Amino acid sequence: MDRFVFLLAAGLARGAVLALFALSLVIVWRTARVVNFAQAAMAAAAVYAAFAVTAATGSYWAGLATGLAAGAVLGAAVERGLMRRLPAHAPLPGIIVAIGLVMVLQAGLAIAFGPEHRPMHPPFSQRPFVIGGVPVLSPYDLFTLAAAAAVMTGLALLFNRTTLGLRLRAAAFAPETARLAGVRVPRMVALGWALSVAAASLAALLLVPTELGLNPHAVDLLFVNAFAVAVIGGLDSPAGALLAGIGTGLLVSLVTGYASASAAPLAVLALMTLVLLVRPGGLLAAKEARTA
Amino acid sequence: MRTPLRALLLTVIAVGGTFGLDPFRNYQLATAAACFAAVAGLTVLVGLTGQLSLGHAVLMAAGGYGFAYAASAVDGPAPLALLVGLLAAAVVSGLLGLLLGAAAARLRGPYLAGLTLALVIALPAAASTLPLGGDQGARAPFFPVPEALSALIAVEQWHAWLAIVIAALAVTPLVVLRSGRAGLRMRAVLDDETASRLSGVDPGRVKTGAFVASAVPAGLGGAVLAIATQQVTPGGYGLAFSLSLVVAAVAGGLGSIGGAAIGSVLVTVLPWAVDELVALAPADLGQRLDGNLAVLLFGAGLIALTLAWPGGLARLPRPARLLRFATPSTTTER
Repeated sequence: MDRFVFLLAAGLARGAVLALFALSLVIVWRTARVVNFAQAAMAAAAVYAAFAVTAATGSYWAGLATGLAAGAVLGAAVERGLMRRLPAHAPLPGIIVAIGLVMVLQAGLAIAFGPEHRPMHPPFSQRPFVIGGVPVLSPYDLFTLAAAAAVMTGLALLFNRTTLGLRLRAAAFAPETARLAGVRVPRMVALGWALSVAAASLAALLLVPTELGLNPHAVDLLFVNAFAVAVIGGLDSPAGALLAGIGTGLLVSLVTGYASASAAPLAVLALMTLVLLVRPGGLLAAKEARTA
Repeated sequence: MRTPLRALLLTVIAVGGTFGLDPFRNYQLATAAACFAAVAGLTVLVGLTGQLSLGHAVLMAAGGYGFAYAASAVDGPAPLALLVGLLAAAVVSGLLGLLLGAAAARLRGPYLAGLTLALVIALPAAASTLPLGGDQGARAPFFPVPEALSALIAVEQWHAWLAIVIAALAVTPLVVLRSGRAGLRMRAVLDDETASRLSGVDPGRVKTGAFVASAVPAGLGGAVLAIATQQVTPGGYGLAFSLSLVVAAVAGGLGSIGGAAIGSVLVTVLPWAVDELVALAPADLGQRLDGNLAVLLFGAGLIALTLAWPGGLARLPRPARLLRFATPSTTTER
């Protein structure tokens, strides 16, 4: 029972990171109708920027801010420089360009920084609190949960309660009409990409200190799991990403704890296949999500 | 009858060509032949049905494991072991392809790409969870040069012969399939699913069938790799390898079998050539560039190709003859 509570608590923190990364995929899907397969490589590049700044200044927070800014700039740059030049309404070129970008970024990072795992130190202790003899969340887990919750709340408020959010949604849902109404659609799409990659970078920044260390491939597994989460929740649905993220985080944690760490990716794969076969659009998606 | 004859001619030329190569080149040729089988499957799948699979390396691995276990289990003469192994490779990869195809029939672009990507990432986990020998992988039996030829050729050349023949056997049916009725149906489904359904073509069945037809050559390619390297390891079928198959298909032109051959040679030889160049660089820099520079160049090439001809990637690039042949027939197809 103690073990179960501990695994649940650990899964919650893991799920928050997953949900955040999945949300970033949902944002870019809603903005541009592409799944950004380069999200992991772009987030890894942002984490390297954060790592370099932290190493130079000694401040975790300066690194965190740099990482977020680098992610946002990279997202906007990729949209402006590459994705915009591709024809709309054909998914294949976007996916193939993203794959090319993955290869360029990961190989470039490995050339620039070397392939070895570089340890990143978390700003808070990873020693869990013990409540009633049961180890539960650590201070760093709490920080992760708080940061993810704050960013997701902020994004929800931005999209649903502000004029800018209305413009973003209008540009995504009806670009032509939005442009007639005076929305600068290209700028909104670039902003969507920037927000999305910044969110993904935050998720990666939160994850990397808990793992082996920083490496060009450090975010790959997070991306695959987050893609599964986004698909399970419905690529169109932020709420779906949140729910599926927490659920998948708990599943991964329980499978890792009771079976083995190597069985966890298989469990996620099985869950995604099952959901896709039963509900091809995801659990919380609108019907037209996958035909659009 | 023209396609099999042409295939036979090309096979004979390729086998003859192995006499002009040293053992290492012959090993590379075997690897390229393995890639060719997989890339031919992939290019037909993407070019004719628009389904992008990032996981063809896993289908190759499935074929490789099937070959390794089945051929090791046979306690008989080498040709029998080879045949049983190849049959098992085709069956195992075909079954996995059927499973993926059933999922693919319900999914579109990004979903299928993501599912197959997840499959590649999960392969090492699958190898250590299922009884597949973990990171060490499985050993494939060694096929020595037959007695009659042992004075004439080295073992690498013999393996290159096997690779060429198996690749020819894997790809020729694909060519026949592509230019026949099945290929027509695939193009019809790619053009317009509703219209093809109205014409009595079931898109789901066509997509599933295309996936199986694409998976079997990939599995046979995996068997070729198992013959050439005498082992199957999950590390050999990682993400980089799987993506390089996509690079080969795109570089050769999606839907083109001849292009697949050129692309496979490219992704086999270019990394090696780049690494040879990198070996000339100073040790520290060389170590970082090793393996990475080739991936960097491939990625940049992939982006440049797609930006230059996005229309050519979204649809099958059609020579005039094909267009004339395909357009009226899609509506008359029963």
